[in-house]
Amino acid sequence: MTEVIATNQTILVVGGGISGLTAALEAAETGKQVVLVEKRPYVGGRVTQLYKYFPKLCFPTCGLEINQRRAKMNPNLTILTMAEVTDIQGDAGNYTASVKISPRYVNDNCTGCGDCARAVSAEFDDEFNYGLGKRKGAYLPHRMAHPQRYVIDPAILGTDEAEKAKTACKVNAVDLEMQEETVSFKAGAVVWATGWQPYDANKIQPYGYDRFQNVVTNVEFERMADPNGPTGGKILRPSDGEVAKNIAFIQCAGSRDKNHLLHCSRICCMATLKQTHYVQEALGDEGKSTIYYIDIRAIDRFEDFYQAVRENPNVSFIKSKVASITQNKENSNPVLNGVDTEGYHRYANEHDLVVLAVGMQPSVDKASFPVDIVINEEGFIEPATENGGIFAAGCSSDALDVNRAVQQATGAALRAIQVVNRVAGTEG
Amino acid sequence: MSDLNSAMTERYHNSFLKEVEANVEEGEWVKMCMQCGVCAGSCPLGNAWEHTPQKLFMMIRAGKREAVLSSDAMWMCTSCYNCIARCPRGLPITHIMHGLAHYAKRLGLVPKNQPTAQFSQIFWDNLMKKGRVNELKLGLAIYFKDGFGQGIKNALANKQLGQNMMKAKRMNAMEFFGGHSIKDTGGLQKMIKKAQEIEDAKIQGNS
Ligand SMILES: Cc1cc2nc3c(=O)[nH]c(=O)nc-3n(C[C@H](O)[C@H](O)[C@H](O)COP(=O)(O)OP(=O)(O)OC[C@H]3O[C@@H](n4cnc5c(N)ncnc54)[C@H](O)[C@@H]3O)c2cc1C
Ligand code: SF4
Ligand code: SF4
Ligand code: SF4
Ligand code: SF4
Repeated sequence: MTEVIATNQTILVVGGGISGLTAALEAAETGKQVVLVEKRPYVGGRVTQLYKYFPKLCFPTCGLEINQRRAKMNPNLTILTMAEVTDIQGDAGNYTASVKISPRYVNDNCTGCGDCARAVSAEFDDEFNYGLGKRKGAYLPHRMAHPQRYVIDPAILGTDEAEKAKTACKVNAVDLEMQEETVSFKAGAVVWATGWQPYDANKIQPYGYDRFQNVVTNVEFERMADPNGPTGGKILRPSDGEVAKNIAFIQCAGSRDKNHLLHCSRICCMATLKQTHYVQEALGDEGKSTIYYIDIRAIDRFEDFYQAVRENPNVSFIKSKVASITQNKENSNPVLNGVDTEGYHRYANEHDLVVLAVGMQPSVDKASFPVDIVINEEGFIEPATENGGIFAAGCSSDALDVNRAVQQATGAALRAIQVVNRVAGTEG
Repeated sequence: MSDLNSAMTERYHNSFLKEVEANVEEGEWVKMCMQCGVCAGSCPLGNAWEHTPQKLFMMIRAGKREAVLSSDAMWMCTSCYNCIARCPRGLPITHIMHGLAHYAKRLGLVPKNQPTAQFSQIFWDNLMKKGRVNELKLGLAIYFKDGFGQGIKNALANKQLGQNMMKAKRMNAMEFFGGHSIKDTGGLQKMIKKAQEIEDAKIQGNS
């Protein structure tokens, strides 16, 4: 049974992405008790799935490593993984949270040796790679996962495979009897940091993501470019495994569109500009990137980054929202159809691979928030006084890049600290 | 130049966009266009026309009054609604296209011999006579719009169609003599006249 020791002076952080992790660490390092609840088996959220960060083109693993070390060292921070908040009752200074914890079937004896994974042969789509590769039925979600504890997929439970995993483990860490449990505990303030999800590309019907193999999304492209990813960092066409050399990027795929997401997702222009660097890095002068856009929104300090990409002769820009994608049946090349805005030329351009720069959508659906909270038209949390002691951080409040998400998370931590300090004052 | 056209040119000489906003159905939406090109790329007319909605909306903002109002583009729109379904900004594009056609017609700027414009006029005149469309006379009027010789040719070319319509009771040869009508044709004509007066007063007021 998981025990959570918490009081009205505890801060509950929901979601352990870069925003939640930051808020939790900032608060814990001031001496506050913090419980971090994360749905996945590991913390870090979606940045763990990025290859490099704009604007510096450094590796997200670097910052993550620092944060994970901070987390390990801090006695004030309790992390619950594979856990979801199902209900929050009460008011600022006096909340009761209910949390559902799914069984991992691996306890904290796990040393991360990987013997169980080697013993198991069943394979499943790897969610970490957006289904582009496979993982075992006993697995570490990704190389750098924190905690470094394996997970047993519930699908192998009750089969030989599960027994194989159990037998392989020398330290008795595999516990096939683990059950789902619900715990409830107190909290004085809540930081809500459940982040974002990529907009469902299947909904953009004219782009044929569901029909054409060589149409992928920008989040998948991050995995394809990563040397630790499913293609070993090679940019390959899903249809035939050939190297893709002539790559198109379609901006605002599902954003700024009354039929899809109303808002500008703010990061996808920069993400695409960054991804042209991946193409350059993987293929040199052989790799050509073409960006189809309405307008490039590389806000404030990112202008230099944009100008540098503009100067790369291997990158071209076409000012046009692509109207539709068709497919050349002979070679499975996607053909982009539309009319450009600089001269109104009608085009039908063939490419090896198309990357849809899909937008960011809040990960928690408006209707399924376990707590009463003010949410705007786009599904993001508003900074409203009605929210009491619940403060949004990161992409649950807006489409933000990491820098802005982290700044905002620090602000949310401060507000949460103010609430529990008030509680401490009255409780003396 | 028609009187109304000169008056409008005078009144809005600084801004064709304002003129469109005030006088064209749904014209106030034109400024919302972000020039993304999706309408142009999804219109089934494709290469067949010179001015796509995207281009027309830019021309309006650029003050290209004569070029817009004498364009035949808005007359070619088939009302398929593809553009409306796709426009990320929700512009009622089809309606604006028809609004522009309507306005150009009022100002007497419709391109000469524009077939859809001619058809619309013939349809309207036909409808106004009896309050019901007389299919037979409508068909004949269209066949013969370019003269007697061409009319005979057109009629012969479409003979089968005409016969089929009669068989299916969609057309009746007796319609040639008078034709069916609504009960109170005079009342309808009065109503339309009144509506036209209101419209005219509105547009004159703007001039
Ligand atoms: C293609 C692409 C490329 C990008 N590249 C960059 C870049 O180079 N540089 C940059 O600065 N930004 C980049 N971004 C933006 C960056 O990914 C975000 O800023 C960042 O992920 C925000 O972190 P977050 O913690 O707010 O959200 P998330 O990363 O989504 O974390 C939210 C966490 O909450 C958890 N969670 C969700 N629901 C629940 C629940 N109900 N209960 C418990 N936990 C829950 C999730 O599992 C997740 O771990 C990119 C975005 C995209 C789409
Ligand atoms: S569960 Fe056991 S076998 Fe599997 S990684 Fe952990 S310690 Fe190794
Ligand atoms: S950031 Fe760029 S691609 Fe993303 S929605 Fe905004 S304009 Fe479109
Ligand atoms: S689709 Fe809409 S916003 Fe885009 S060019 Fe056409 S009218 Fe303008
Ligand atoms: S409604 Fe008219 S303008 Fe719009 S797509 Fe159809 S034909 Fe083209």
